Amino acid sequence: MKIVSLDPRVARTEKVEGTVELSPLTEFQTYEVFHQKKRGEQHEHVGIVHAPNDEMALLFAKDQYARRGLCVNLWVVKSEHVIASSYEDSDIFDTTPGKTYREAGGYKVMDKINKFKGKK
Amino acid sequence: MDNTIALKNFLFRLADDHLILGHRNSEWTGLGPMLEEDIAFSNMAQDKLGQALALYEILETLGELPPDTVAFTRAENKYTCCQYVEHPIGEYDFSLVRHFLFDHAAYLRFEMLTQSSCEPLAKLAAKVKGEIKYHVMHADIWIEKLGLGNEESHARIQSMINENFNLALGIFESSADEQEIISSGIFEGEELLKAKWLEAITPILNKSNLKLPGENTWNPVLGGRNGYHTIYLQPLLTEMQEVFAIDPSAEW
Repeated sequence: MKIVSLDPRVARTEKVEGTVELSPLTEFQTYEVFHQKKRGEQHEHVGIVHAPNDEMALLFAKDQYARRGLCVNLWVVKSEHVIASSYEDSDIFDTTPGKTYREAGGYKVMDKINKFKGKK
Repeated sequence: MDNTIALKNFLFRLADDHLILGHRNSEWTGLGPMLEEDIAFSNMAQDKLGQALALYEILETLGELPPDTVAFTRAENKYTCCQYVEHPIGEYDFSLVRHFLFDHAAYLRFEMLTQSSCEPLAKLAAKVKGEIKYHVMHADIWIEKLGLGNEESHARIQSMINENFNLALGIFESSADEQEIISSGIFEGEELLKAKWLEAITPILNKSNLKLPGENTWNPVLGGRNGYHTIYLQPLLTEMQEVFAIDPSAEW
């Protein structure tokens, strides 16, 4: 027996004639993946995986999102368990960028501090 | 007592197992049952090649030729991998069961090797142990889910365990230098590893409603450690060596 190749990509199977009907939504549910680079740091959302169950979601999360760089911990959460605001309501955030007083940089205090220091 | 030859033989057996299985498992790339699993299985195949490379690098420090040369230019009968790793990937049930049986042995072996008298090997074992631990987690979850899945998934995994088991026992084939390897503290021996392996896989199989074949049917498939291989190894080597053979001096 002479074997040319055992790699199925080389020794391809016969092409299927005609059309194949795919039923809709045969995919697994999705999980949101959160990745923590260092213990103590926040978990950051990095993307989603398809998985049939919780344990496999964690396995796949490791391979999709923790195969490069640092990671110490992963969370997966079923996408359906995420409660999200509506894009129709995104106008509630419209004026937020203008509220500089909510940012530390919005306060000009160095003059006051220097003045105070000068007095001493 | 100089144990360099025994150590080298031991390292070659280990490196060849990981090289050949890593190559085999990479044949699933692009063909996995689903995208996420395709990537996971390919990652693990890459890990195996990385482990083989690290072992060939230790061999190089012991006077052997560079990793690429030993990986790509030896004749078939110079490879001392067990026959189990040469077998074609088959359907996914075969590859998963091999992944389960082989990686449990690999994990326990590297755990034992963290105590090896060969210092670079002990260091390497400590480094890659976690990597292989993930491989075992991956395999265990698949085996459990399919074992407890439906009638078909259970039947396919059980029949693959029956079919794979004697091949898997070949992982622990004893070599002529076995006693020397044990007495010089390189490795505690294949028999001890096999006992630990059986202890590790049995509860997972039980939990998954699967069982090992009856002990009266155990009959290890031997030969690989002495360079006797199946008809499947040479085509793999020809393919693997093909690019290297075009221009062995090429810089990558």
